[in-house]
Amino acid sequence: MTSRGPALVDMTGVDKRFGSTLALRGVDLSISAGQCLGLVGRNGAGKSTIVSILSGLEPPDAGTVRLAGELAPRVGDVNRWRKWIATVFQHSMVVPELSVAENVFLGGTDRFVSWREMRARTRDVMRDWGYDIKAEALCRDLTVEQLQIVEIARALARGARCVLLDEPTAALERDAVRRLFARVRQLTSSGVAVLYISHHLEEVFEICDDVSVLRDGELVLTAAAAQLSKEDLIAAMVGSASVTASATSANVTTAQHDARDAAEPVLMVEHLTASSARGRLDGVSIQVGRGEVVGVTGLLGAGVATLGRAIAGAEGHDSGQIRLHGQVIPAGRRAAAQRAGIGYIPEDRRAEGFVAHLGVAENATMTITDRLADRLGLLRPGRRAAAAAPVTAALSLVSSGPGQPVKELSGGNQQKVTVARTLAHDPGLIVAITPTRGVDVASKALLLDALAGVARRDGAGVLLCSDELSDLVICDRVIVLVRGEIFTEFTEPPFDRDQLIVATEGLTSTAEGTAEEAAK
Amino acid sequence: MISNQAPDGTAGTVTTPGGSAVVPRGSVLAARLRGMNVGLLREVALLPVLVLLLVVGAIVSPAFLTVSNLAGIGQQISALGVVVVGESLILMIGGMDLSLESTFGLAPMVAAWLILPVSAYGSGAQISPYLGLLVLLAVGAAVGLVNGVLIVKGRLNGFIVTLGMTIVLAGLQNGIVKAQTLFNLPKAFGYLGSAYFGQVPVSFVLAAIIFVLVGLFLRYHRTGRAIYAVGGNPAAARAAGIKVERIKIGVYVAGSMLAALGGLMEAGRVSAVTGQQGYGEGIIFSVFAAAVIGGVSLRGGRGNMIGAASGVILLGFVQDILDLANVSNYWIEAIDGAVILFALFLARIVGGESTAEEK
Repeated sequence: MTSRGPALVDMTGVDKRFGSTLALRGVDLSISAGQCLGLVGRNGAGKSTIVSILSGLEPPDAGTVRLAGELAPRVGDVNRWRKWIATVFQHSMVVPELSVAENVFLGGTDRFVSWREMRARTRDVMRDWGYDIKAEALCRDLTVEQLQIVEIARALARGARCVLLDEPTAALERDAVRRLFARVRQLTSSGVAVLYISHHLEEVFEICDDVSVLRDGELVLTAAAAQLSKEDLIAAMVGSASVTASATSANVTTAQHDARDAAEPVLMVEHLTASSARGRLDGVSIQVGRGEVVGVTGLLGAGVATLGRAIAGAEGHDSGQIRLHGQVIPAGRRAAAQRAGIGYIPEDRRAEGFVAHLGVAENATMTITDRLADRLGLLRPGRRAAAAAPVTAALSLVSSGPGQPVKELSGGNQQKVTVARTLAHDPGLIVAITPTRGVDVASKALLLDALAGVARRDGAGVLLCSDELSDLVICDRVIVLVRGEIFTEFTEPPFDRDQLIVATEGLTSTAEGTAEEAAK
Repeated sequence: MISNQAPDGTAGTVTTPGGSAVVPRGSVLAARLRGMNVGLLREVALLPVLVLLLVVGAIVSPAFLTVSNLAGIGQQISALGVVVVGESLILMIGGMDLSLESTFGLAPMVAAWLILPVSAYGSGAQISPYLGLLVLLAVGAAVGLVNGVLIVKGRLNGFIVTLGMTIVLAGLQNGIVKAQTLFNLPKAFGYLGSAYFGQVPVSFVLAAIIFVLVGLFLRYHRTGRAIYAVGGNPAAARAAGIKVERIKIGVYVAGSMLAALGGLMEAGRVSAVTGQQGYGEGIIFSVFAAAVIGGVSLRGGRGNMIGAASGVILLGFVQDILDLANVSNYWIEAIDGAVILFALFLARIVGGESTAEEK
């Protein structure tokens, strides 16, 4: 598929600014009929901004967008955009309570709805493209794959000549991914242009004719996929200036110990399988030893957060077993897991980390009210403050006093409250999910030091689930998840950032040979 | 907002890793005073309104500020007050229960029906009045349990569940006695609602004790604190190991039992259990109004018993002043409702953000 027609979509010199950050800088991007162009880049490189601009949701600050040679319609004129270009977003934009036909024509009907015509035209699209979905079916009964087909059909029914697929495989199973590829090939061979946005480099190599790489808002590379190696792509994504972990003080990294040798496992997880909106797990087995810090990393949706939440009992699991000190932890019962000794630092502190209008001390001791209360169950505020003081002090938490509502604290101090709450109950295992997200550099180092300290000093196991590679410096080993399975494990710190990135993409780094090929 | 690196201590207490607190002396006192003022202001937000109503009452009628009138108000609002405690607890966990008004009628009806002989429209079981009191509480507990399980475990909408329950219970209340009114209640059964210690109604003392105990429980008991945590952020409470479902169901049970107790006090006050008691009188609006005027948030996690008590007293004053002012019976409801809405508005102004519903 090298014959190129005129560009269907053409962005030239596009800038986009959000507040003080320049999300896109002078981006030139064009897609022609029948072409499948891959767009890759790390988180925050600007992929979503390109999707927003090409979907007609955001105007560019500078530069032009042309659709089939004509200037693009103004932002908000959704129906005219959709004639040319339609986006299948990462998160389903299908209304579950409506039928397939209604969803295909969502917002695109005339003032009066002809049900018969709507169904007939939906059936036509489905038949023309060989999709096996009934126009009358209710969308809430469909699988994730079928919902995606409904969205593709929506694009096709309006006659869109260009389809944007934003992370289309994030929620799909392996077989469904294969079928999706077949559909993409079918689209391009009929002259539809496809912009394929993905975290998964192997997919890009398999399905795309050309690849463009975004880095920090700039398009740094565009070339035919066949002429690129995965190393080229990664080099372009990461940039030459390989940023080394900056946050953590040196003493943590140098204090690498070898508790692994003395490993008596604190946590044993066997064949854990779970289905979750955060990414499924498919037979994951791990162990964490006394005093060991084990990192788990992977792309969004790879199951990193799901693994942490399942072990902490914040979320159920379908099969497999979680044991702490040999004791089986029941699925999805947070209180029971905590009583058994599993501490939990949640992914989203605002959602799960604290009660905003309650005080610092009360939040920090929320996990140990059973220990602080007297025989009648009464809690004296003074006792609570006294219990909170050493933990919050160890984390250098800044507040106007133990009674200050947590909502008044800065993000870093709020996170310290969440961590203090976990440390307070002396857990045998701490599950920390992205514990440094959105905190300032100083707090980040403190939090990581605190976690490492609990392992080194108190012998607790720490499972650090994070997609923030700089968090992983405190780990003794790092497990990489890809699509809910263990892809590889790095056992020798310090861990190479580029190798980690390669592994999270599901690729093996042949040059260094540290990553082992996964079973499949 | 306090910066993370504030070792100068101008803004806050910096606790060092060593554990010793670097405390700037003056600012700590100031902070404590500030904290107290905010807390105090929040809790006595309605005090000016109550004082205003006292003045208005005194102007409207010289009878208002007499001991017997105030005792009468005390007796009148006590039953409502106990229900308000129950509803406030349920609101604090982020729930709601419309059926408290029916439990308020049904529980004393069932108890009285089991106590009285057939000749007085009872069941003829003629159980002892003391056993009747246990039955009364058991009816409350059962209703609360059903509500709690349906809402928490069954994940049904609390509004609809308790609205449906309201109607079911009110139907039972009339059904078991074929819409008769039960008089001739035994003395022990009516004692709490009708007796006086000197000039002070027993029901008022009981209600005051309940307000104080529940207030202390909420402030100092671990389960009370868990109620605030569950209402403020159930996900965070769960992540901290609090058994959120158990707390919620427990609160529904406690709330309904308090409603049943309130019903007993009301029955004692009027020396009868009527088919109208509770649902027929539509007390639930007053219950919600008192709680919300008192600063209990409908979104959960906020409120206290001082506020709730102020709300109840305010409603009692308004009702009494309207009576003393000889407002025509035809208009009394409209004026009553309008005054409650106005009080809500006033409480919101006086109480500031703490009484605002979040957007």
